[in-house]
Amino acid sequence: MFPTTRRSVIDALASEDAEQRRRAFDTFVALYWKPLYKYLRVARGRDVADAEDLTQSFLAKCFESGSLSAYDAAKASFRTFLRLLFDRFVANEVKALQRLKRGGGSVQLDFVDAEAEIGREHDRGGTPEDYFQREWTRSVFSLAVARLREDADATRFAIFEAYDLDDESRASYRETGERFGLSETNVTNALAAMRRRFRAIVLDVLREATASEAEYRAEVRSLLGVDA
Amino acid sequence: MTWLSDDAVAHLRAVAELPDFSHTRYRLQRELARGGMGVVYEGEDTELRRRVAIKVLASELASEDAIERMRAEARMIAKLEHPGIVPLHDVGLLADGRLWYAMKLVRGRRLDELNVGTVDLLRVFLRICEAAAFAHANGIVHCDLKPENVMLGDFGEVLVMDWGVARETGARDARIAGTRGFMAPEQERGDIVDASADIFALGAMLRAILPSDLPRALDAICSKAAAPAKSDRYPSARDLADDVSRWLDGQPVSAYRENIAERARRWLTRNRALVTIVLAYLVMRIIVILWVHH
Repeated sequence: MFPTTRRSVIDALASEDAEQRRRAFDTFVALYWKPLYKYLRVARGRDVADAEDLTQSFLAKCFESGSLSAYDAAKASFRTFLRLLFDRFVANEVKALQRLKRGGGSVQLDFVDAEAEIGREHDRGGTPEDYFQREWTRSVFSLAVARLREDADATRFAIFEAYDLDDESRASYRETGERFGLSETNVTNALAAMRRRFRAIVLDVLREATASEAEYRAEVRSLLGVDA
Repeated sequence: MTWLSDDAVAHLRAVAELPDFSHTRYRLQRELARGGMGVVYEGEDTELRRRVAIKVLASELASEDAIERMRAEARMIAKLEHPGIVPLHDVGLLADGRLWYAMKLVRGRRLDELNVGTVDLLRVFLRICEAAAFAHANGIVHCDLKPENVMLGDFGEVLVMDWGVARETGARDARIAGTRGFMAPEQERGDIVDASADIFALGAMLRAILPSDLPRALDAICSKAAAPAKSDRYPSARDLADDVSRWLDGQPVSAYRENIAERARRWLTRNRALVTIVLAYLVMRIIVILWVHH
């Protein structure tokens, strides 16, 4: 079913209600700040200080100036629109940095964490667009995992984390069951439930991150379907 | 937020897309194909211990409308119990709202992958016509007949697959679905379609599977079946099959008017044994006469 509980962040960013706009912006930042920052660092080869300043000031500008409202769903996906907007912003970086020095940036971001992640990434092939798409996918999945952690039963999430998220763990269902004091069937049931919930959350996140039905379908297909 | 490695992202993609069949009697084995409407997996029916094909609606299409369409497709296939139509075993809804149905797993080759002579191809084609005629008799038009949608089993089965865009005869459907090159003009325009649209597709299919240097009578059969105007086509799939059968039997076909030379050539081909015997007799007779005179 289409998730109906979440509304599009892109629509909510243009809301009259300041609180709604703030919440939408938080989700927007959670989804996009790392892909944008890493895109500058890895795909565009900017140094750490530049990338930090530009990412922070770009996000602040998005919130203050309402530049995201110029998005036209008929022309491109929001992800592509945002990347192009960011590229344009970076091209005018001198002005942007000057604005930042006047006190424009206010978004709190953990750049040290992002740098550590860049150090652990292996796949840097493809075009800058490919890289941005890959990081965006990682961001969507990371946000979904974070929400699942908040939502789910702790033991079930721990099983999911051990079996589906941990690269080092190659434990069988039986070994995972022994670790958590559960039968093999309980492990497979827990995994099935967690994966189902994870999938539903990913669809929720995509619903929030897109502005139209067509874009939503295209992103679901791109993340979970034929383009995978 | 938890950092996910490239491997973890790839794994999550796979498990998030993979339909969860844990509450059913089916287990998924591997992906077989992806189409416009969904993904087809090879699976196992754990109760009956047999392999099945399971079609699951694509995630991005899981709207009420698409679910209803796929359910209608399942009901349509279930209604068509015929040896030339892939049988449906089961239908259900996944916990995430995606509809699925299990059907016979056909092992073999697609018609477009078949490499046999004209006569064998025509025999296969007759079986396809029979399946289409059966569907038409039940008020259903396939709307996407093409070589890729026909499977040939290892034991001579010929099965018409993919009834995803089939509709009831005369039903209006805003979707223009089908495959260019096999779609009748009225179907391409989005008009109401009937069995005649499938006859057009059968004609286009026949031309696609046969070699390009066709005998004139066979070429005329293809042209008549795939005529742009409905009124110029065969009235039914059975009439088309009858004409193909007549050609196979060396008889005149309704789609082509032969001249005297062609009629004579066909008569000679059809009665080759008789002609050979008569000729042999005449030659012997001449030899005997010449020998006696000598």
